[in-house]
Amino acid sequence: MILSMFMGPPTEAAQEVAKNTETVATVEPPWETLHSWAPLPEASTFAPGTETLYMFIVWLSTFFFVVVMGAMFWFMYRHRRRGDDDKTSSITHNGKIEFLWSAIPAVLLLVVFVWGELDFIKQSVLPPDAIDIRITGRQWSWTVEYPDYPGVSFTSSTETPEVVMMVPKGRPVRLTMTSTDVIHSFFVPVFRVKRDVVPGRYTNLWFEATQVGEYNMYCTEYCGEQHSKMTGVVKVLEPELFEAALLEAGKLERGDGEEDKVYGARIYKRRGCDACHSTDGLAKTGPTWKGLWGRTETMKDGSTVTIDGAAGENYISESILDPNAKIVSGFGGAQMPSFRGQLSDEQIKALIAYMKTL
Amino acid sequence: MSSHDAKAMRPGAIDPPMPLAHHFDTPGQQAGSAKFGMWVFLATEILMFSGLFLAYFVVRMLYPEMVLSSHELLDKTMGGVNTVVLLTSSFTMAMAVRAAQLGDQKGVVRNIILTILFAFVFMGVKYVEYTGKFAHGIFPGKYFDYVAAGEYAREHGHVLAGKPHIFFGLYFVMTGLHGVHVLAGIGVLTWVLLRARKGEFGPRYYAPVENVGLYWHIVDLVWIFLFPLLYLVR
Amino acid sequence: MANDKEKSKSEGEPTESKVDTSRPREPSFYEAQKGWKSWAFTLDHKRLGVMYLLSTMIFFFIAGMSAILFRTELLTPQGDFLPWLNQQLAGMMGQPISIEEAAAQSGTTYNKLFTVHGAVMVFLVIIPSVPGALGNFLLPLMLGAKDVAFPRLNLASFWIYSLGAIFFLYTLFMGGLDTGWTFYTPYSTNTGTAVISATAGAFILGFSSILTGINFMVTIHKMRAPGMTWYRMPLFVWAIYATAVIQVLATPVLAITLLLLMVERTLGIGIFDPAMGGDPVLFQHFFWFYSHPAVYIMILPGFGIESELIAVHSRKHIFGYKAIALSSVAIAIISFVVWGHHMFVSGQSELAGIVFSFLTFAVAVPTAIKVFSWVATLYKGSIAFNTPMLYGLMFLFTFTIGGLTGVFLGTLSVDVHLHDTYFVVAHFHYVMMGGTIIAFIGGIHHWWPKMFGKMYHEGSAKIGALLVFVGFNTTFFNQFVMGGQGMPRRYYTYVPQFQEQHVLSTIGAYILAVGLLWTATYLLYSLRKSNDAPVADNPWGGASLEWQTQSPPIEHNFHDTPRVTTGPYNFPQIDRTGEVDGH
Repeated sequence: MILSMFMGPPTEAAQEVAKNTETVATVEPPWETLHSWAPLPEASTFAPGTETLYMFIVWLSTFFFVVVMGAMFWFMYRHRRRGDDDKTSSITHNGKIEFLWSAIPAVLLLVVFVWGELDFIKQSVLPPDAIDIRITGRQWSWTVEYPDYPGVSFTSSTETPEVVMMVPKGRPVRLTMTSTDVIHSFFVPVFRVKRDVVPGRYTNLWFEATQVGEYNMYCTEYCGEQHSKMTGVVKVLEPELFEAALLEAGKLERGDGEEDKVYGARIYKRRGCDACHSTDGLAKTGPTWKGLWGRTETMKDGSTVTIDGAAGENYISESILDPNAKIVSGFGGAQMPSFRGQLSDEQIKALIAYMKTL
Repeated sequence: MSSHDAKAMRPGAIDPPMPLAHHFDTPGQQAGSAKFGMWVFLATEILMFSGLFLAYFVVRMLYPEMVLSSHELLDKTMGGVNTVVLLTSSFTMAMAVRAAQLGDQKGVVRNIILTILFAFVFMGVKYVEYTGKFAHGIFPGKYFDYVAAGEYAREHGHVLAGKPHIFFGLYFVMTGLHGVHVLAGIGVLTWVLLRARKGEFGPRYYAPVENVGLYWHIVDLVWIFLFPLLYLVR
Repeated sequence: MANDKEKSKSEGEPTESKVDTSRPREPSFYEAQKGWKSWAFTLDHKRLGVMYLLSTMIFFFIAGMSAILFRTELLTPQGDFLPWLNQQLAGMMGQPISIEEAAAQSGTTYNKLFTVHGAVMVFLVIIPSVPGALGNFLLPLMLGAKDVAFPRLNLASFWIYSLGAIFFLYTLFMGGLDTGWTFYTPYSTNTGTAVISATAGAFILGFSSILTGINFMVTIHKMRAPGMTWYRMPLFVWAIYATAVIQVLATPVLAITLLLLMVERTLGIGIFDPAMGGDPVLFQHFFWFYSHPAVYIMILPGFGIESELIAVHSRKHIFGYKAIALSSVAIAIISFVVWGHHMFVSGQSELAGIVFSFLTFAVAVPTAIKVFSWVATLYKGSIAFNTPMLYGLMFLFTFTIGGLTGVFLGTLSVDVHLHDTYFVVAHFHYVMMGGTIIAFIGGIHHWWPKMFGKMYHEGSAKIGALLVFVGFNTTFFNQFVMGGQGMPRRYYTYVPQFQEQHVLSTIGAYILAVGLLWTATYLLYSLRKSNDAPVADNPWGGASLEWQTQSPPIEHNFHDTPRVTTGPYNFPQIDRTGEVDGH
């Protein structure tokens, strides 16, 4: 039931949540279904602060804009050229006015600076008692893991908006993020948080959600071909529902009596394989999986591999755990990250079973 | 320094006038423009190298051990010889400018030839250094041969730590870019030499000699920083 | 002196139509020499200015068209225009592909389009446009000099610019570049597109920029006419001077950054690429150390044009001459210490963020002073609504929005939300396009009679100005809202929520494109042979030196070296009796 929810577009997903989860009394519609001119929801403890300051600057700017433009339009009307022998004023400067219009903006800017700085510091100090979440960005998917809940992990899909993160309402969440390839950036507009996800180092971010609902998250640092598809859905739950829902949705375990190939198909979507490998014969960043089984591929170094039998299983397993060992000729522009430690032998077997069906 | 004092000039000295371009009003304006332009240009050169120095300091901050262990593979003797060679060439360059100011035609030519010779000696030593490095697998960046370089280090009683390919990557980029500047220096020195042989410079007109001299001093100055940073880390 | 007022003429006989007949007209610099060699090897700053104008306009067209292509794609949330386009192109090349195959390439196509747009606009259009075209043409004229200090170097700058442009064109034909104009590592060290030729092109263009900067600095220091003190220079010259200082001090750092990037990509030396042990954020520090000052390389000349437009067309002494002149220099200096505000969310230390935020606010003050001074200049002036002035007033409108929205982005907590969204896109378009390009177009209209000795059709020009104004604001204003709602930039596809705003933007872009093409058309049309109505040497009644020579100027600019006895804004209409000022 929950699974079908992940497959559908977010609007349907939201309807299903409303239909099937009676305990979640007030589910906000996913905000992307809101009208584009509607105000952006404020769904974290940071949001009201950022929003207040934002609106303060909006009104401050509007004031100055109206004053400057008002003066300009008034002068344009009042001092329009009436004839060629118009006389003009001999004013060249005025120390008092010049001082005032330097000093007043300077003071106002200082206020804005200090205000923004205080909010920023608040966002920078990580709370000690937070739920830990590990985020790995790669071209082009997010993997979200919960160290406190072993085995729970989500991966975004470039094809459908998937829930990639579940957080409880009213409890701080601390993200530790890194990237395996290029720079990405984690952005949830309704939380007003954003932080670059940088390869070779860890960056941190924290927030505390205040509104139950499903919200979009984006990659906001340009990262290549499918940058705009490196998105996902963050789901905020009532704290008492959080743990059970997380364990049910986040564990990519074989369902009761689930066949290998069905399990493999789920893994294909949920572990981000679909970002680079199609199942319909189209060559994307990586080779297609359609007809992969039984195919003979030529490698970059000129050798050939026939993907069949035990040798084929070994080759695929190697390609998942050590992707750069053998690269099919014509590919390798963007490098595939290793899934060692992220996929179990059983899950790899399921993936191979799924490939055989394609 | 423009000495119009005839007494300061040796007998037989020449004093050709400055060729004045159409858009200048006075020779002073023209010479001043050239000199000012040259100084601004040298400022850009310094800023360009300072970017590399900054990269160097970041690398040194990130990997202090690696920089320390890698630099042992550089030949301090050759680096030192090159430092002396460049310093001497700066001196002969200054002498060339002085000779031009005094109208000493032969002195200009002689000193510029000496400067060019020193520049070639510098590049020769660099060539020996580079080929020596290449022979032991010490190439920049991803071409760095860890096995061969490690062996070479052990032979000399050192242990390579961390990621020496970064240090040598920087080494080749910094000294390489400096080398390109030396080559460019040889080019402009030759141009000045040819003009000097035609007797174009004298107390009233020596701006090209002076400006090329300024450039040459900057090339020298950059090396004065490169040498201790790369060769004398310890 | 300024008080030697002309006797007031009867109405209906404007000074504009006056042609100076006191001296027989000499051949203009166009007529002085003929043949292609007289252009290719010219040492004349005016010819070089015209050549820069032509080449920057060609690249403006290329970059603008790529924007039109990706704006068309953004009409719908999913990718469909570019896949269709790719399919058609492949079909035309004789290698038909399915729409699915075309769709698979189209994300990269989109990325290449916005990269071409950004990189060409920045490196080939905006940076060289005002200094290269108007700066070259006007600087010696305004200073009363015969040429720039180093005419040969000036020619070299132009050809180096052309060489850099060729590298960019080569990049385009070699399949394009998809890194964005910022070349962020490690994406730029890993991607399969033509990064080397593009960075080499930018590297070469950097040299052109440096040489032009040196040339202008020396020209301003050494080539001023007798009596032309620093405070008698037109504000355009001050702006070009501040620009030249930044060009000279910042561009070498760009050169070394691009060099290191090229070396990183070819040799993998491990400075920027984390896979080789480097630090990708270090690249951002290097890059923005140049590229933030570069923003002021782009906008300061626009400020300079604006000062001329506002003063000349309201026939009033510019308000706060010294404040405007020195604030340009102040901006130039502060611009070097604000680069970190591009990196508030990049993982630099919080302290660095706070310091950079503070310094960023510091740069807002001199900018505000300028805007206030321009508006104050209008007070008790005689404001003419001809095309250059319309662009001057349009600049005040759009640049004020651009400047004020900068405050949002300098504010730490707000920037965390707005960083890399459409808000940023809208902000810098309001500054770069609404500031520099609008001022540039205004400047072209202002100095067009001086440069070419021909007058464009005023009615057509007003229609063009209206289209540009409406198109520009329709395109970009709602992008502030979209960005505030969280629409990330550089997105090929987007959530359907934003479609209305994207459609609005695209319609605006079409209007803008029509306006700009219209403008180019009537300007070029004005150059036709049959348009031989004599143009006054000083059609607007300007008081600076470039108006005191014939239109177009003679080869060596002035018949006699001008002697300057007063400032550039002492118009004869200024009332010294105190009557207008009310005392």
